[in-house]
Amino acid sequence: MFRIALLAVAAALALPAAAGDEDLKALREEVAQMKKSYEQRIEALEQRLAAAGAPKEQSQPAQDGSARAGAAGGFNPEVSLILQGQYRRMQDVPERAISGYWPAGGHDHGGDERGFSVDSSELIVSANISPYFRGMLNVALKDGEAEVEEAWFQTLGLGQGFTLKGGRFLSGIGYLNEQHPHAWDFADAPLMSKALFGEHYGQDGLQLKWVAPTDLFMEFGAEIGRGQNFPGTDRNQNGVGATSLFAHVGGDVGRSHAWRAGLSWLATRAKDREAHFEDTDAAGPNEVEGLFTGRSRTWIADFVWKWAPEGNPGYRNLKLQAELFRRTEDGDLACASGVATSPCAGSPALGKLNARQSGGYAQAVWQFMPHWRLGYRYDWLGSGSKHYVPATVFAALDPANAYFARYRPQRHTLMADWSLDEFSRLRLQFARDKSMQGVSDNQVALQYIMSLGAHGAHKF
Amino acid sequence: MKKFFLLILLAAALPVRAELRVFACEPEWAALVMELGGDKVNAWSATHALQDPHRIEARPSLIARARNAQLVVCTGAELEAGWLPAVLRESGNAGVQPGRPGHFEAAALVARLEIPLKLDRAEGDVHASGNPHIHLDPHNLLAVAAPLAKRMGELDAANAAHYAERQRAFVEKLRAAIARWEKEAAPLRGMRVVAQHRSFSYLFRWLGLVEAGTLEPKPGIEPGSAHLAQLVTQAKARQAKLIVRTPFDSPRPGEWLAERTGMPLATLPFTVGGSERAQDLFGLFDDTLAKLKATP
Repeated sequence: MFRIALLAVAAALALPAAAGDEDLKALREEVAQMKKSYEQRIEALEQRLAAAGAPKEQSQPAQDGSARAGAAGGFNPEVSLILQGQYRRMQDVPERAISGYWPAGGHDHGGDERGFSVDSSELIVSANISPYFRGMLNVALKDGEAEVEEAWFQTLGLGQGFTLKGGRFLSGIGYLNEQHPHAWDFADAPLMSKALFGEHYGQDGLQLKWVAPTDLFMEFGAEIGRGQNFPGTDRNQNGVGATSLFAHVGGDVGRSHAWRAGLSWLATRAKDREAHFEDTDAAGPNEVEGLFTGRSRTWIADFVWKWAPEGNPGYRNLKLQAELFRRTEDGDLACASGVATSPCAGSPALGKLNARQSGGYAQAVWQFMPHWRLGYRYDWLGSGSKHYVPATVFAALDPANAYFARYRPQRHTLMADWSLDEFSRLRLQFARDKSMQGVSDNQVALQYIMSLGAHGAHKF
Repeated sequence: MKKFFLLILLAAALPVRAELRVFACEPEWAALVMELGGDKVNAWSATHALQDPHRIEARPSLIARARNAQLVVCTGAELEAGWLPAVLRESGNAGVQPGRPGHFEAAALVARLEIPLKLDRAEGDVHASGNPHIHLDPHNLLAVAAPLAKRMGELDAANAAHYAERQRAFVEKLRAAIARWEKEAAPLRGMRVVAQHRSFSYLFRWLGLVEAGTLEPKPGIEPGSAHLAQLVTQAKARQAKLIVRTPFDSPRPGEWLAERTGMPLATLPFTVGGSERAQDLFGLFDDTLAKLKATP
């Protein structure tokens, strides 16, 4: 082709001078244009040749993104950091506890403080250990403490649908339990999660999951663990402290709908599980420890339905989510106090305590336009039935204690959040919290969640 | 309960259909697998043409499909980073994990455009490995077809010859089509085009079109009014002739710009299934060229 252009140029130059100046000029222009066009095409062809011949040099090293680790020994973990904080306006209640429920105590991520506060920051490091294992560490950082939320390995190569996880992990029971606070749709956990586990249930142990080889998603899981977390206690034993089983089923309905439903069961035991009570000391009430020893069984049913037009959640989507639970606890009640005049001095037994309680939450979160979501959540808990011998129990413990209350805690929560991009979120939330008998707490929360660094794929 | 488990075990033990089961992340790869495998493969696409492959949820149905797949064929280059890792890990399928023979990434096999010099989230949703939308340059399909057919033959040795034979036939057919398309598209060379997202960079480069701006201010960042206003003057100054969008991009920013500038807005099929005519890879390019050439 280049040769043709050259020939044309030569021909143009060799034209007899007899031709008119005008003709010559026009011809020269034409040839120049031809030449230019051919040169462009040759250049394009050369570029393509280079691209086809040498893709390896150009971008092959970038394969899997792993080559960037360079000399550091190939350790290239996904690191992400989540910053969260909020402003909260609510009533000043000295010891917040859900009426009628044994306080789960301990673990929480903040959000119970009035005014401005920083929630715990999550630092997450995860990577494939080898072709056969993956590891993950999630540390929640707060003032003066770093709590290991999760630290586990997971198999990648077991095959046949099996996955084994070992270490500390959030239990697969229910739906919300496996999610970290930054993935929640509200600024706080449902009352149900607070009543059942404090916030979520973590296991130190093993989890085996199996996905059935069917087009309908069916997953079965079993966990055994130490069981040191509420509703169990650390019992310093060789055996298994907690067992859980769960099954999930899910699928699509058309292109725009997807769902998942599950049923889970958790069994654990508690020994001298503590809660604050007041006694009936004639010399004036003392704060004493109520102690529960016995077994705890929890059933959870969960259901999630997501709608996204044509399977594109980016513009508009709707998420409906509900979980229900039923907990049965059977065991013995005791109390303990160091005060000599207290009826609890010497840790007397207060007879049998059997409790059956249930409740749940239902929520809807609607993204009505890009970046903006609205959500509503309704929480309810039943006081359920508690069986004990009042004469024995109330001889030592004050019957006015919140645990003995026959009360139905409820909460309505409304939230709006705005995410300018997928890595940041600002949220405004109003709640009317009637989880404590005699208190109607109107709460306002303004929250931010920022994700830095690699942000791995979220589960459904 | 026992009966139920027995049933499940039975289902697991049943001989699954003899075809090679392929989980394709995007319709273009499902189409390519079909071209190479014919009736010996069962290719299922995790996404369809009206879905943005960046933003997919790791739905239970995807996990169930990945569980049974023998081969996962995806773009790679971080296009599916938001959902595929979760799907694969949850599937419990050892054979299709990254690095295994059952895991195939197409983007690694071609020269990628727009590899960023700087990785900073302030630049938007940038992919370290470059622009992942490689399939709209058919030369890239040529480059992917041979290694893919080879991989299919490794996983399904009984049909290796069949795949190799179909790959040769496909390459021949595609080469002929490419020659035709390039001839047809020659008048488009140098045309200036505004795209919504950098979805068409490979197409533009192949056909010699010039990108005169994008509706997104930065990759993955939704178009805002300030940027759009600036784009009006920019598009006029650069004499842009056409705005293009994928079927899954919101039409509104493009319509807004079209109204302000008088440029037509074309919805290109982007992938197989993206329009009536784009029922396979050949239809995809036929229709794309037809829509580009329809510009006055």
